[in-house]
Amino acid sequence: MLKQIEGSRAVAEAVATCRPQVICAYPITPQTHIVEALGALVKKEELNAVFMNVESEFAAMSAVIGASAAGARAYTATASQGLLYMSEAVYNAAGLGLPVVMTVANRAIGAPINIWNDHSDAMSQRDAGWIQLYAETNQEAADLHIQAFRIAEELSNPVMVCMDGFLLTHASERVDLPGQEQVDGFLPPYEPRQVLDPQDPVSIGAMVGPEAFTEVRFLAAERMRQALELIPAVAADFAGQFGRPGGGLVRPYRTEDAELIVVALGSVLGTIQDAVDELRDDGIRAGALGITTFRPFPAQAVRETLDGGHRLRRLVVIERALAPGSGGIVTADVRGAISAPDGRPPHPADTIISTVVAGLGGRAVTRKSLRAMLTSAARGDLPPFSFLDLRQDLVESELARIRAARRSGPSAENILRHLSVTGIG
Amino acid sequence: MTPHGRTAEDSLSRNDRLGRTAMFQVRFHGRGGQGVVTAAELLASAAFREDRYAQAFPSFGSERMGAPVMSFCRIDGKPIRTHEPVTDPDALLIQDPTLLHQTDLFAGLKPGGYVLLNSARSFGELGLADLADLAVEQDRNRFRTLSASNLAMAHLGRPLPGAPMLGGLAALTGVVGLEAVLAAIADRFAGKVAAGNAAAARAAFEFVASELARERADA
Repeated sequence: MLKQIEGSRAVAEAVATCRPQVICAYPITPQTHIVEALGALVKKEELNAVFMNVESEFAAMSAVIGASAAGARAYTATASQGLLYMSEAVYNAAGLGLPVVMTVANRAIGAPINIWNDHSDAMSQRDAGWIQLYAETNQEAADLHIQAFRIAEELSNPVMVCMDGFLLTHASERVDLPGQEQVDGFLPPYEPRQVLDPQDPVSIGAMVGPEAFTEVRFLAAERMRQALELIPAVAADFAGQFGRPGGGLVRPYRTEDAELIVVALGSVLGTIQDAVDELRDDGIRAGALGITTFRPFPAQAVRETLDGGHRLRRLVVIERALAPGSGGIVTADVRGAISAPDGRPPHPADTIISTVVAGLGGRAVTRKSLRAMLTSAARGDLPPFSFLDLRQDLVESELARIRAARRSGPSAENILRHLSVTGIG
Repeated sequence: MTPHGRTAEDSLSRNDRLGRTAMFQVRFHGRGGQGVVTAAELLASAAFREDRYAQAFPSFGSERMGAPVMSFCRIDGKPIRTHEPVTDPDALLIQDPTLLHQTDLFAGLKPGGYVLLNSARSFGELGLADLADLAVEQDRNRFRTLSASNLAMAHLGRPLPGAPMLGGLAALTGVVGLEAVLAAIADRFAGKVAAGNAAAARAAFEFVASELARERADA
């Protein structure tokens, strides 16, 4: 049913049609509206599920692990510091191979404390063993959740659906929400691979020593390899049943003859597509590559897209999280992907890769800035590593302060003070 | 004829701009607790009912009662892909006139853009002679005040100006019809609250439409 609806509400309704049996979450901005809406559906008995209130995110993830191990379809949602707080249990859910589905309403990580959107939270857990899917729109956020339960349960591996905090969670957009019968036809009842059953007792989560830990880990890698095949198959099945695309590994946009391709994850892709159209109008052969599945990293799909345009010379990777001291998290994977698995050099060999850190802590990523940055990339003027819309004056004044005095004080507060002074003056 | 007394031909060229073939962007200014976010969502919902694409979103802060807040709405005839903030609005809805002295409310307003300010007084009476001059320069029919809080008090019993502001916007711009606004209100609220908001929106629409018609007749 077509609706004009807030992203959080759309996700809650989509999750409800997946018939989760246990929902356990702790509220944190910007995830709160999702679990609020699910709580209301449970209370109104429109959703037959156990809604567990807990004292922390660590408890939330621990409880869904327990519920999943007991054979229930289990769901949670969090963001930012909440994801970090549950991190130990996040690894456990994956290590145990439990098909939990979790929404991460992407938000920056402090300090400095910041409630706004970037990808620092989800990126910090990228190697926890979860499948990570990133939504481009609220329609896709809703659709990815329906696919996530099926992917998680077929593989017995948890899936994290990442949607940009505020930009998607708090935005009212047009979303086609499928009916219960449609979802029932796509998502069969949960059939656990392992279950805690008093009638047939087993242990789950035993200590595993050097004799077998590597083998258990190998199987985790194998599940991810299988996921690379399953995710596009589920997306194709979804498209067949629901009549619209959504999910999958990667999403190319005007890449066929592109000489310049922007790689990105999440809702910034919409703005990038608008910028790409403007660049095309300017005569620059630009394209965009959205990475919908970040874990497992779809190296082959990325390589095939980038190889497809044999004229490709420049690649710009947008990083919505900063890896201090290394630079770009997504860039490293993209760079790995365009080196063929047999170790051949990248194709085409002279492709230049630039990393652009953008949209940290809620800094708007505008079409205007993207267009200027990509135009300079097309001219060959973009440095290998840069920050989009960096206030150079602020950085330089703080660097000068640090050079001038040993006790230069806290940088964040210094910069804020500088901003308000310039604001008044 | 439209409520503005314009011909169908005028209406067509207006439609080109008003979020039917080109994007129409609205920025709402108000204070926390005044329903600024709800108003943007209602406008998106009204546009959706007219089979257009719409996107509404708040200014993503830590909202507090009384603090200046903004919300945004985009309306277009085709899917909206961008997720950047609205920097160059086609219309400004200012729900609280006390913001005029605190914030640069008019930043980025497009030439030929619309301004609807919630006040029982005119721009001149508000000490906004410059703005009144600007309005005359551009098109005086595009810059209006509307006593939305009073209408809300009369019909709803609470000074929540969102619904009457949307009624006024519908009359001023035609970007959405009154019926769509009323349907969006009926969908969002129930009982007395729905009825009060709908009555306030209708009264605001009729007030602005009749003012515009009267001024045209005078002209």
